[in-house]
Amino acid sequence: MSLLTLDGVSKSFGGLKALGETTLEIPEHEFFGIIGPNGAGKTTLFSVLAGQLAPSSGQMMFDGVDITGWSADKTAAQGLVRTFQLMRPFESMTVLENVTIASHNKYRSPHKAREHAAAVVERVGLDSYMYAMSGTLPTAGLKRLELARALALEPRMILLDEVLAGLVPTERAPIIDLLRSIHAEGVTVMFVEHIMAAVMALSERLLVMHEGRELALGLPEEVIANQQVIDAYLGEDYS
Amino acid sequence: MTATDAPAAPQAPKLRPANGAKRQYTFLLIVIAALFFVPYILPDSAQPVAVRTLIFAIMAVGWNLMSGFGGMFSFGHAVFFGVGAYTDAYLLTAFGVSPWLSMIIGAVLAAGVGLTIAYFCLRYKLAGSYFALATFAFAQMFYLLSQNLGFLNKTDGINVPLLPEESWAMLQFDQDSKFYFWIPLVILGLAMAVTIYFAHSRAGQFAQAIRDDATAAESLGIKVMKYRLITVAMSCAITAVAGAYYSQYYLFVGPEQAFGIHVSTDAIIPAVIGGIGTIWGPLIGAAVVGPLSELIAHLLRNPPEFLEFLQGTSGLDVAVYAALLIVIVIFLPKGIYGTIRERMRK
Amino acid sequence: MAITEAPAAPAADKRNPLTAGGTRITLIIGGIAVVGLALVYLLGDREPALITQYLVSGLLLGGVYALVSLGLTLIFGVLGIVNFAQGAMLTLSMYLVYVLQSSLGLNLYVAVVLTIPLLFGFGWLVQSMLLNRLTEDASHDRPLLVTLGLSLLIVNVLLMIFGGRPKSVDAPVSGSIEILGALADTQRIIAFGGAVLVAAALTLVLRKTSMGLAIRAVAANGTGASLVGVNVRRVYAMTFGLGAASVAVAGGLITPFTTLVPTAGEQFTTLAFVIVVLGGLGSIPGALVGGLFIGVLQTVGSLYLPGSGSLILVFGIFVLILFLRPQGLFGAKQ
Repeated sequence: MSLLTLDGVSKSFGGLKALGETTLEIPEHEFFGIIGPNGAGKTTLFSVLAGQLAPSSGQMMFDGVDITGWSADKTAAQGLVRTFQLMRPFESMTVLENVTIASHNKYRSPHKAREHAAAVVERVGLDSYMYAMSGTLPTAGLKRLELARALALEPRMILLDEVLAGLVPTERAPIIDLLRSIHAEGVTVMFVEHIMAAVMALSERLLVMHEGRELALGLPEEVIANQQVIDAYLGEDYS
Repeated sequence: MTATDAPAAPQAPKLRPANGAKRQYTFLLIVIAALFFVPYILPDSAQPVAVRTLIFAIMAVGWNLMSGFGGMFSFGHAVFFGVGAYTDAYLLTAFGVSPWLSMIIGAVLAAGVGLTIAYFCLRYKLAGSYFALATFAFAQMFYLLSQNLGFLNKTDGINVPLLPEESWAMLQFDQDSKFYFWIPLVILGLAMAVTIYFAHSRAGQFAQAIRDDATAAESLGIKVMKYRLITVAMSCAITAVAGAYYSQYYLFVGPEQAFGIHVSTDAIIPAVIGGIGTIWGPLIGAAVVGPLSELIAHLLRNPPEFLEFLQGTSGLDVAVYAALLIVIVIFLPKGIYGTIRERMRK
Repeated sequence: MAITEAPAAPAADKRNPLTAGGTRITLIIGGIAVVGLALVYLLGDREPALITQYLVSGLLLGGVYALVSLGLTLIFGVLGIVNFAQGAMLTLSMYLVYVLQSSLGLNLYVAVVLTIPLLFGFGWLVQSMLLNRLTEDASHDRPLLVTLGLSLLIVNVLLMIFGGRPKSVDAPVSGSIEILGALADTQRIIAFGGAVLVAAALTLVLRKTSMGLAIRAVAANGTGASLVGVNVRRVYAMTFGLGAASVAVAGGLITPFTTLVPTAGEQFTTLAFVIVVLGGLGSIPGALVGGLFIGVLQTVGSLYLPGSGSLILVFGIFVLILFLRPQGLFGAKQ
């Protein structure tokens, strides 16, 4: 059974259609990649899925529940959690406090929440920064913090918006390992990414978006061989 | 577990105990206990200044909850102060209700008013300057309303009758009674305790996360409106108690004393000078601002030679206070306490 | 302000909130005013002559409001600063006129002309010395707090120098004239004319001069403007200076019919905010029409709501506009 189902979901701003009618089924435990040029509607799709934007049409089912039009907090509490491409730490707080904010939603006892958060901080490899103010973290650290906060909610499915963007190649590898391990624990992952090496290595299925619509969907190797995809996005290098 | 990618972690540190709150409660107890002896040290003539400083402090603590911890900059806390002050004076003169009860009723009313105002401001997504302007407009409306409502005696205001003898139930004592200082001191202690509790509580942590980044907080499952409103309600209730005590201490409240623009700024300025969004900031700010005018007035009564030309003028106290505000906002944006704390962390 | 716009279009043809006419909305608001007044005349249960008198008084009062709001809308619109010291600067200019007249024996209107550059310099200094470093932080509350401090500082320094006793200035003209059977104070008519003149002058400065071009560019996109070589900090200082200079005209012209005490300008600060939000941030025609609208609303409203009751109406409308249309009646849509 699929964990997430989109049926004709679209989003318009005024007259501008940022996301065309999209129909999609994501089975439980899939590692689902999305690529596409800037303005293709990837982030809009995430914002609609996570409840930051209400869809203009269509229906979304998550884990058998109709989540169409749900607010962001309700969606997150249901187990569908997103991260942000531009990292958004709570700057007045330490790394541990940032993550505790999220785990508070899972554990009512403050002590349990803190313990759980500390475990998550360690898991993403931020233990040496546990008590550092989150604003002082380097980019790679902030990316991990975004992940940690999402994980602290123990999500069924996470939506990762360009977690690798802005990282140098040596910083990417450990994060890719981390994503693999998160997936290995049973979390369904949908991610938007520009780094093709990572996309090819991680995706079980790959969606290419262009101008708010699905251009191609399928196995990664098939999709990147698609002539339309090459024309619209990948360019000559991939032909 | 993938520990391989830890950025040079020496070894996993043990979880430090979260004992911040305990230390702060202890410190609060020490501060309040020390302040308890202030009336024995100060001359009787200085007691009104001390009481006024305490009222400032309570207002600033209340304002700081909403605007400092909650990040919703209120320029209209006079609304809540005034609701508290008028509730007390009105219920006492019309029905003989005990001020203690009126304090609670006033706090509940102010919280209700605050919730309504904040709900609409947030519902229509007013932020930053617009939120400040809207709260300011509400304060002006309450000011005008109180000038025009017959049962509040319009512009004449309400006099609280002076009783012939002391009464705990009616919160009246001999003119120089130390209780006039101790009672607001205890209220301040409670307000501070609420702040400490809130800052460490789940709700308070959520409120601070929302202040830092509402979108991120919401995406982590936090009900943004709910926790903002909780913060607002507590802030308004505390400010209303300060208002109720004001009526009792000065035995009078009118539109200007309750809802005047200066009331809103009196709540803001100590918190800004001490440090917005910090636990101790409002207390320190009030301690600086409260006695300032008295000190300057004292200075002008017997001025040193180079200040003799100022003798007999009025306005210097507020001018100094205003200059201090400008300097602090520009050069110490985190206030006195916020700056000290930051220096100590480094 | 519009951050999303393409960098730095100092092109003059783009619809700019600073000088936008908004003809359609002028008609709507004018329509509302006409219908409202017609209702008052027909069903209002008051003498028509009385209503006319209140209407004329309201328009003249509105002229004063508009005059005070023009500078504020420029500062709010371009710098995003809620200038709480606007009323205090108004008082400052009134005392300057008083000093110039009482010490040098100058004619009132000569004194007014002299205060304009003085206030411009004052505004320039305030922005460049105090506010510039905050404007760049894009902080909302810190500039507000600084101007609040500034307001208290000005008022109390004036109190120290001049004391609290009212002062008065001599006006070369006095008396009143009749308009549509209603009496209109000459001083107020002159102030009304001043409002129109200042609005026209500001519009001209913004449209025709290089200073105005730079201000519009910064208002549309500060970062973009600095990329094409505009000295943004200087433009900020000029804007605040212009805002202060237009307050100087206001102060000078209302001095003859205002009780001159250090707190004289305070009441205007509050109303000027209402008018600026009503008219749209940074919109000069908006400030003019908004001022007139509020003046009429307050005065004609006082036929039915005695005392300060009609002001409650004004603030009620203010809050409604904040909720429903934060960009105001004339402000450009985002």
